[in-house]
Amino acid sequence: MARGLGIRHASRRAWALAGVDLVVEPGERVLLTGASGAGKSTLLAALAGILDPESAEQTGELTVDGIPPAAARGRLGMLAQDPDSQLVMTRAGDDVAFGLENAGLPAEEIWPRVDEALRAVGFGYGRDRPTQALSGGEKQRLVLAGALARRPGLLLLDEPTAQLDPDGAALVRSAVARATADRRTTVLVVDHDAGPWLPLVDRVVELGPDGLVEQPAGWRPPSRAAGLELPPAAGGPVLLTAEAAGFTYRGAPEPALRPVDATVRGGTALAVTGGNGRGKSTLALLLAGLRAPTTGQVVAAAELAAGVRGGGRAPVRWRAGELVTRIGTVFQHPEQQFLTGRLRDELALGPLRSGSGAAAARATAEELLERLGLTPFAEANPYTLSGGQQRRLSVATVLATSPRVLVLDEPTFGQDAATWREVVTLLAEQRARGCAVVAVTHDADLVGALADAELAL
Amino acid sequence: MSVPLSLGPVADVPLSRINPVAQLTAIGIVTLVLLTSLDVVTPAVVLAAELCLLPAAGLTDLRELWRRTWPLLLGAASVGVVNVLLARDADPLTGVGLALRVIALALPGVLLVAATDPVRLADALTIHWRVSTRFAYGALAALRLAPLLVAEFEAVRLARRTRGVEAGRNPVARVRLLAGVAFTLLVGAVRRGSRLATAMDARGFDSGVPRSNARGSRLRRRDAWFVVVTAAVCALAVGLSVVSGAWSPVFVG
Repeated sequence: MARGLGIRHASRRAWALAGVDLVVEPGERVLLTGASGAGKSTLLAALAGILDPESAEQTGELTVDGIPPAAARGRLGMLAQDPDSQLVMTRAGDDVAFGLENAGLPAEEIWPRVDEALRAVGFGYGRDRPTQALSGGEKQRLVLAGALARRPGLLLLDEPTAQLDPDGAALVRSAVARATADRRTTVLVVDHDAGPWLPLVDRVVELGPDGLVEQPAGWRPPSRAAGLELPPAAGGPVLLTAEAAGFTYRGAPEPALRPVDATVRGGTALAVTGGNGRGKSTLALLLAGLRAPTTGQVVAAAELAAGVRGGGRAPVRWRAGELVTRIGTVFQHPEQQFLTGRLRDELALGPLRSGSGAAAARATAEELLERLGLTPFAEANPYTLSGGQQRRLSVATVLATSPRVLVLDEPTFGQDAATWREVVTLLAEQRARGCAVVAVTHDADLVGALADAELAL
Repeated sequence: MSVPLSLGPVADVPLSRINPVAQLTAIGIVTLVLLTSLDVVTPAVVLAAELCLLPAAGLTDLRELWRRTWPLLLGAASVGVVNVLLARDADPLTGVGLALRVIALALPGVLLVAATDPVRLADALTIHWRVSTRFAYGALAALRLAPLLVAEFEAVRLARRTRGVEAGRNPVARVRLLAGVAFTLLVGAVRRGSRLATAMDARGFDSGVPRSNARGSRLRRRDAWFVVVTAAVCALAVGLSVVSGAWSPVFVG
C-alpha cells in the first residue's frame, strides 16, 4: 500500500515519483504499466525495500502488510529481467533450495518444498539439471520457483520477459499463472507491454506523468502501430550481398549459421526472422562487416565500397573508420557500444573517428540530440539513461556518420510503445533517404510495419 | 557460441567422494613437505603418488590433461632449465628436482578442481571449517558469472569497431583498446554483480538468520583414511630421500 508516495533520486532534480496512491489487497493480481522512464522500476524497488535511502529521498507512506518494505523482505518474492544475474547455484534444485537455506529451514523440510515449487512452475527437468543448460525462459521459471519456494505473501515481477524471445516469454507467463492459481500469493507485475499479461491479472494501473491511473475492466493497450504514418520505401540499387555465407565458431560441431543468400537494397528494409539458434544475429555480424564468413562471402557493391583504401569489396576488411560511414550497426544491448561519459561526446565520436572536423562533428551531435529529444540529457552519462533512451541513443550514434546500410539486432526488443514508434519512424526516415535497413527481429509488428522483404532463417 | 555461458556442475568421479576439506588437508600436508625439501627424491615419490590419482579424478584423456596443465608444465620446465643454466654449481639433478617440485605442488590443485563441485566445496568449507557463508556462497555466485565475461569480451570488441574504434597494426593502440574493452567489461561485471547481489538479498541471503544447508556435508571414515594415507606417502617420500642420502631440508643450513 502506498499513500502520497514520492521518490526522488539524489542525482536528479525532478521527482521520479510524486503523489502515488496504490492499494493492493491480499491475493490480488495487479499489472502496473506505463512508458519507460515513468518510474515503474523505482516504485518496484521501493516496494521490495531495496531502494538505497542514501541515494533517494522519499516522502509519503509505503507499507507491505502494514510494515515498512525493508522489514517485510522475508515476505517478498522477486523476479527481475536478467536470468543470469539471478541464479546462484550450478544445479536447478540447489538454486531453489538457496532461499530456503537462507531462511534457516532444516534440510528435511527443504527438499519437499523444492520439489513442490518446481512442480508449481511446471519445470520440466529434475533437480540435478545444470542451470547453464537451460534456455532463458526455463531459467526464469527456475528463478520463479526459487522465489515461490519461500512462500512469499507478495510476488513482484519486474518485466520478467523483457529479455526473452516470444516462446520463452509465454513459458514464463504460463508458469506465473500456474503457480499462483491458488490465490495465496499477491502478484504485482510491472511491464510496459501490457497486452500479454491481461488474461492473467485482475486489474491494470497505469503510471503516467500525472501519477497512477486505474484502467477500467476490459481495457486494452492501444496498438503501437495504430495510426503510424511512415514515409514510403524509396527503393534503390543493391548495396550488399551475402553469397552462400555461413559461419561456424572455431571448435564448434555445428555451424552457427548455415550458408545463406541475402540481398540488401538501398531504400528498402529487410527483416531477418526465424527461431532461436538459427544464426540471425550471426548473419547480422557478417553483413555488418564485423565477422568474416567461414564459408561463402559478403560483397559490397562498387557504389558502397567507393573510396575505401585499396578498393576492397569485403566489408570485414575495411578499416573501422571506413566501415562506420558505410555500414552502421546497432547491437541488441546498447550499453556495449557506449564509449564516452557524455551523450554529446558519444554522438560526436563516430564523425570524429571517420575524419570529420571537430566543428562538423559537434554540429551533427547537436542536431541528432535535438531530433531525438535527448537535448535535456546532453551532459548526462549514457549509462544513466533509461532503457528506451539508451536504445534511441544507440541508433543515433550510428546515424551520426550517415552510413548507407543500417544493420540492427532486435531494435525494438523490450521497448515501450512510445520508443517503438520512434525507432520505427526513425528507420523509415532513413529508408526514405535511400538507406538500406536490415533488422534482425522477433517482432511481428516491426516486420508488418516496416519490412519490404523478409528473410526467414 | 563456442564457449559455455556459465560454469556447470563438475562430473561425478571417484575422487569426488572424498570430502573437499579432507582433500584440502591433504594438499596442506603435501605442500608443507614439498616446500621444506629441496632434493629430487621427495618430489619424485610424491608426484608418482599424485599421478596414480589421475584416473580417480577422471583425468585419463591425455588431451584433456594437457589442456588443463600445459601452463603448469611449461612453468615447471622453465624453472628447471633456468636453475640448471644459472645456478653456480649447476647440477642437472637440482634442476629436475625443482621442476618436479613445482609440478607436485600444483597437481593436487588440478585434481581438486577436476573432482570437486564448487557447490560441495562451499558446503564443506562453511560446515566443517566455519568459513563465512557470505564469503563462500558469494564467491560461488560470482564464479558462475565468470565465463559470461568471455562471451562479452568478444561482443564489446566488435561493438568498438562499429563505433570506428580499432587498433589496426599499431601495438600501442592495441594495448589502449584492450584497456578500454577491459574497462567496459568491468563496468558490466560490476552492474551484473550488483543485480545478482540484489537478487540474492531478495531471497534472504545474509539476512541475519543462521543459514541451514540442504545438501549437508559429511566427514566419513574414508576421508580420515585419505588424509592418513597422504601423510604416509609423504613420510615414505622423506624416508626414501633420507635413506638415499639426497635429503636436504631448507631449514637445515
